Amino acid sequence: MLSIKNISAGYDKKVVLSDVNMDIDKGDFVGLIGPNGSGKTTLLRVISKVLAPYKGHVLLDGEDVAKIARNKLARTMAFLTQEISLNLPFTVRQMTLMGRFPYLSQSGKESDIDIAIAADAMELADVSHLGERFITEVSGGERQRALIAMCLAQQPEILLLDEPTNHLDVGHQLAVLDLIRKLNRRTNMTVVAVFHDLNLASEYCDKVMVLDDGKVATFGTPQEVLTSEMILKVYRAKVLTQINPISQKPHIVIAADMNRSD
Amino acid sequence: MQNAKPWIIYSFLLAVLAGACFLSLFAGAVRIPADEMFTSGIIRLRVARIILAIVVGAGLSVSGAVFQALLRNPLAEPYILGVSSGAGLGAASAIVLGVGALSIWSVPAMAFCGSVITILIVYRLAREPNGVVPVYTLLLAGVIVNAALSSVLMFIVSSSSSDELHNVIWWLLGNLQIFDWQLLQLVSVVILLCLSAVILMSHKLNIITLGEEPAGHLGLNVEATKKIFFLLASLMTASAVAACGLIGFVGLIIPHCVRLAIGPDHRRLVLASALSGAVFLVLADSFARTIIAPTEIPIGVVTTFIGGPFFLFLLKRKKNTYWC
Repeated sequence: MLSIKNISAGYDKKVVLSDVNMDIDKGDFVGLIGPNGSGKTTLLRVISKVLAPYKGHVLLDGEDVAKIARNKLARTMAFLTQEISLNLPFTVRQMTLMGRFPYLSQSGKESDIDIAIAADAMELADVSHLGERFITEVSGGERQRALIAMCLAQQPEILLLDEPTNHLDVGHQLAVLDLIRKLNRRTNMTVVAVFHDLNLASEYCDKVMVLDDGKVATFGTPQEVLTSEMILKVYRAKVLTQINPISQKPHIVIAADMNRSD
Repeated sequence: MQNAKPWIIYSFLLAVLAGACFLSLFAGAVRIPADEMFTSGIIRLRVARIILAIVVGAGLSVSGAVFQALLRNPLAEPYILGVSSGAGLGAASAIVLGVGALSIWSVPAMAFCGSVITILIVYRLAREPNGVVPVYTLLLAGVIVNAALSSVLMFIVSSSSSDELHNVIWWLLGNLQIFDWQLLQLVSVVILLCLSAVILMSHKLNIITLGEEPAGHLGLNVEATKKIFFLLASLMTASAVAACGLIGFVGLIIPHCVRLAIGPDHRRLVLASALSGAVFLVLADSFARTIIAPTEIPIGVVTTFIGGPFFLFLLKRKKNTYWC
């Protein structure tokens, strides 16, 4: 449903992505991994149309996103970004309702339907009990779930996530990713997420794409992609890979001093 | 008041505004006997002043609320992009060059032109070749142009005669005296039209406070929306400044106080700020006229003198955040 064709993109003269191709099927849970500066976030920005590529196209069910009106695109695609600024004390309920923005008429007033959809989104993201709390005062994990509720209120078919578990402790990391996987499995929502933690990517993703210096290094299932050779080549780090006995997915093991040559 | 129905908030503020206007009508250096209430020329002047205070208070407060949302900066206020120094330079040139004596419209017209030209320069400086206007560049360009124009203004002030100097300073401190009904009408119409437009689009301000990219993800056409809001807020500020000089602080503190009382939702914040700004300026003007009557203190002095400590008081009650 989402295909990325020959995308090259960057900022001013600095090329970040060159000739990236990728096809994502409906309901896929795709992880984007790669070293810092390899172009993961830039790729999400191109997919979501906030950054126009130098060349290439992003096709959504065969239609070029460049030609889709912004508010129409926002009804199909939601983006959980780290760049959101949350300075004003909006309540979690108000934040969630903002996810209905692409559906509002010029008057900007939410209908009962919008309010009901936002309530469902909060229920799904398990933040109903936080409705009247301020987004500026909830914990990091609650904040992330509230922002997911806002994305869900957009009723998207595709959810883009930029490091959704950044700055969260391990308990909240798992809670947030379990939630996203639940949405992915139950509603067949397509998920494309940037990961830093390779083990989380391995556990949760159906497919993993590795970006290296703006190019696609490999794309496949975690078993195919997450090998110690790939990690040595792309991240320049020596690690061991084992099989997680519960999930049968690759598990990356690190040890101090493993990278010393003596 | 966070959960109060909007109409309750508006009715309350309207009632307070009516009370403030009534008070202001009778406040002043000259006492008016009850039987001359509707015939006295002084009353006509006071009514004009009250209307101007309402319009300018509303315009500056809403302009401040818009700039705070667009620039996502709690220190933003109507003059932040250099409108004040541009207008000041225009007005001072009119006074010093003697154009001011030609017509009652010269100083306001020059002040208006000065602020509009300044905004255009700042906007051009911040605009990137692809048409994007990053807010931080805009902020920085505004501060720098402001500083540059202020130095020219200071030069004019330093080289003017003492009579001119008095007029320039008086203008810079802000003053709600108005002698021309047509000017009052024009300013009122421009500000009320811009204000209505802002109210109609106010839900978009909520989205913009999340940042430009997140606003884009929610389907907002960010650059176009930003441009319209800048235009509306700048027009309101330029009109207000043209009519009554630089009245400081209203546009900074009123949106903060209102946000503190009713929360950050711009769909109610905008109109509530307009009404509160009107109340604040009407009261500040009555105070300025009466406190050491028959001498009048510049209203800019009053707004800052009362507004500053009051704002600090509110801010200290709200912990852990510089946004109210």
